[in-house]
Amino acid sequence: MSEVRYAVGIDLGTTHCVMAAVDLTASDRDAVVERIEAIPQLTAPGAVEERLMLPSFLYLPHPDELRAEDRVLPWDESPPFVIGELARTMGGRTPIRLVASAKSWLCHPGVDRRAAILPVEAPEEVARVSPLQASMRYLEHLRAAWDQQHPDAPLTEQDVVLTVPASFDPVARELTAEAAAAVGLSQLVLLEEPQAALYHWILASGGEWRKQVRVGDIILVIDLGGGTTDFSLIAVTERDGSLELVRVAVGDHILLGGDNMDLALAHAIRAKLAEQGTSLDPWQLQGLTHGCRNAKELLLSDASVECVPVVVPSRGSRLIGGTLRTELTREEVTRNLVEGFFPRVDAAARPAGRARAALTKLGLPYAQDAAMSRHLAAFLGRQVGATRDLEGFAGRLPDSATFLHPTAVLFNGGVFKAQSLLERTLGILNDWLAAENAPPARLLAGIDLDLAVARGAAYYGYVRRGDGVRIRGGTAKAYYVGVESAMPAVPGMEPPIEALCIAPFGMEEGTQAQLPPQEVGLVIGEPVRFRFFGSSVRRTDQVGTVLEQWTPEEVEELEEIEATLPAEDRQPGEVVPVRLHAAVTEVGTLRLEAVPRVGTETWKVEFDVRGEG
Amino acid sequence: MNDSKSSFLSRLALALRAGWRILVDGEFASGVQQLERGEWPSPVAAVAEPPKAAALRDTLPESALQLLTLLQQEGRFVDFLEENVTAYSDADIGGAARVVHEGCRKVIREYLHIEPVREEAEGARLTLPAGFDATAVRLTGNVVGQPPFTGTLMHRGWRVRQITLPKLAEGHDVRVLAPAEVEL
Repeated sequence: MSEVRYAVGIDLGTTHCVMAAVDLTASDRDAVVERIEAIPQLTAPGAVEERLMLPSFLYLPHPDELRAEDRVLPWDESPPFVIGELARTMGGRTPIRLVASAKSWLCHPGVDRRAAILPVEAPEEVARVSPLQASMRYLEHLRAAWDQQHPDAPLTEQDVVLTVPASFDPVARELTAEAAAAVGLSQLVLLEEPQAALYHWILASGGEWRKQVRVGDIILVIDLGGGTTDFSLIAVTERDGSLELVRVAVGDHILLGGDNMDLALAHAIRAKLAEQGTSLDPWQLQGLTHGCRNAKELLLSDASVECVPVVVPSRGSRLIGGTLRTELTREEVTRNLVEGFFPRVDAAARPAGRARAALTKLGLPYAQDAAMSRHLAAFLGRQVGATRDLEGFAGRLPDSATFLHPTAVLFNGGVFKAQSLLERTLGILNDWLAAENAPPARLLAGIDLDLAVARGAAYYGYVRRGDGVRIRGGTAKAYYVGVESAMPAVPGMEPPIEALCIAPFGMEEGTQAQLPPQEVGLVIGEPVRFRFFGSSVRRTDQVGTVLEQWTPEEVEELEEIEATLPAEDRQPGEVVPVRLHAAVTEVGTLRLEAVPRVGTETWKVEFDVRGEG
Repeated sequence: MNDSKSSFLSRLALALRAGWRILVDGEFASGVQQLERGEWPSPVAAVAEPPKAAALRDTLPESALQLLTLLQQEGRFVDFLEENVTAYSDADIGGAARVVHEGCRKVIREYLHIEPVREEAEGARLTLPAGFDATAVRLTGNVVGQPPFTGTLMHRGWRVRQITLPKLAEGHDVRVLAPAEVEL
C-alpha cells in the first residue's frame, strides 16, 4: 500500500454531500493545506458539471426516460440511476422514483434498513433500494469523483473521516461504517458533525482559537442541517498546562431542518393563494418553495425590506399568461418561520409530544414540535449535570441552575446564513441565562456554514495523526441490556425488567469495557433477543450497575439486540450462560459480543434485527 | 516533416539547392553548420512568419445552444421571447420578467464571470493612453487627433473573465433547448 497522502473529510448529509481534503505532505502544524473537492454530477440530461455540493438524491429512471448517453458520468458509461442535481430536478417532477433523505431512513428504528424499501411511494415495477444501498451509492459517487481527480492517490488508500449526526444511535453508526466499508473505504473513522464544525472553527481561526476560549467555557454547538438538528456541548478544560476540549453531551435525534422551514413558508403562501381562489399543483408548489427560500433570505438579511414578490412560473410554455404572482411579507416570515421555529419561550419549556422510539408506520418520524427553541431548552435542561463531575468545573454552575449554562455558541448550517435567525436563537439563550443571573454566551464566528462539517472532518483526519488539539469525549451514552428481575412473577403482569449496564458513558475509540459480573442465558441454535437501553445523562454507572427503575427522560429504550449461538457441538435448545462484552472499535462503532463462561469463542451480538422480526 | 520518406530524386534536388545557398547565403551556411554538429538552429530563425490569413471563421453553434438551454432551463428565456407581449398588461409582464431575470442572472453568474471593462463610474472623465485596446474600448463622437484621448465614460462595458459551461455527453442533442413534457 502506498503512503497516505490526504486526510479526506466526507459530510454525508441528509440533503447534501460535501468532500474536503487536507494534503498531509504539504501541511505542517497550523499551516494546513486544505481544499473542497469539486464533485462532477449530472445537472441536466447529458450535461456534467462540477459542484461543491452533491445533493443527496437518488433517482431511479424508467428505462425509456433517459437515453443511455444522457446518463454518462466522467467515470461511468451510463449507470442505471442518477445521483445529485439532476436526480433532485427529475424527482421534483416524478417523486415516485426519487430516493430522498436516505440518511434519515438509515437511523429510522421502525424499518429494516437493509431491505429495499425506497422510494416508499414507488410502484411495483420500480426496483427499490435499501437505505444502506442508497448511502453506498452516494459514497461510490464520491469515491469515483475523488479517484478521477486524484488518479495517483485513490480514496481507498487515504485516511477517510466520515461524519455522522452526534445523535446517531449505534445501529445507524454501524450501518454508515458498513456502507463505507462496502465501497472500499477501509481506513475510516466516524466523527460527530457538531465536533467537525468545531474543528473547522479551530482551523479557520488559524491558531487564534486559544485566545477566544478559556478554561471553564462550555461551548454549545447548534448544527441545523437541511433535514436534522443536532446539539452538542463541549467543555474547555486544561491538561498539563494546555487547553483541552471535551464533548460532554449530545442531544436527541431531531428530524427538523432548514428544508422544513422553506416548506412551511410555501404552505403558508399556498393557503394565501387558495383564499384568493388559486390552487397550486405539486409542481407549482415546488417552484413556490424555491421562490420562498430566496425571498426569505432577502427578508431575513435586510431589515429595511417589508415584502418581496414571489412568482410561481407556469408549467407550460406560456410564461406571461400563466405565471402566478404573490408576495412574501415580513409579517408572514416572522409568524411562520421565526415564531414557528424559534419562538421566545422560557428555559422550562419542553417540546410538545416526543417522537416515539419505534414507529411501526412507514414514514419518517419527523419532530412533532417544530420549535427549535423548545428542543434546545429540553436539551440544556436534561444536561444540567453534564459538567458536574468534570475536573475544574465543580461549583461553576450554581445549585439553583435549572439548565446547563453555555458560555459560548457555535452555529452551523445554511439556515444561519439568515443573520436574524442566528441572533434570535442567541437572544433566546441569553434571556434564559439572564433569568438565572448568568453572563450572556459569546458567539463563536467565522465558519463556513455550508461546508464546515466536511472541512472540519478533513482537518480532524490531519490532527489525529499529529499533535493538534483533539476533542475528547467518547460515547455520549451509557448502554444497558434488559434482564428479567428475580422478583416473583405476578400473574397477568409482565415480569419486571432491570437494566444492566454493559458499556459506561464516555468509552473512547479503540477501548473495551470490562466484562460484567452478571450472566444472561442464550439458547443454543436460536436467536435470542434482549431489550436494549441508552442513557445520555447517567455518567457514573459502571459495567455491572443494575437499574431497577428509571424515568423515560433518563433512560431511553433503543432497538432490541439479538445474539445467536450456533449449535456446532452443543445440544440445540440447551441454555448457555454468557456475559455481554462491549467495545468501541477504532472506526467509532459500538460492538457487543457474547462471551461464554468456558472456552475462547465469542459471538457477535447484532444491533440491526428489524428485518427478521 | 516527413523528409525521411522523401525519394532519392527529391533529396538530390534538395542537396543541390542547399549547396547553392550555402555558397551564397552566410546565415544559411552557419545554420547548416549547426545542424551538422547536431545543434538545432533556434526556431525563431528557422520558422518564417506565416502570411496573415483573412481571419474569418464559422463559430460552433454547440456552446451557443448550450447557453440558450441553460437560460431556458433556469430563466424560461425562450418561453419569454416567444410570447406576444403586446397582449398583456405591464403588471403581467413584470411578474414573468422576475422569473426571467432571476433565472438568467443565476446562469450568467454561475457560468460566466462577467466584469465591467472599466471600473470608473459612468459619467466620469477618463484618459485613454496610446495603444489602448480598441476592442475593449470604443471611441465615439468627436474622434480626431492623436492619443491620449480624454472623454466621458458613457457605458462601462462588460467582459467575460472566465467561462465554464457544463461538459456535454457525446451524442447529446444540443438543438433541443427544452424537451416537451408529457405527464402520465
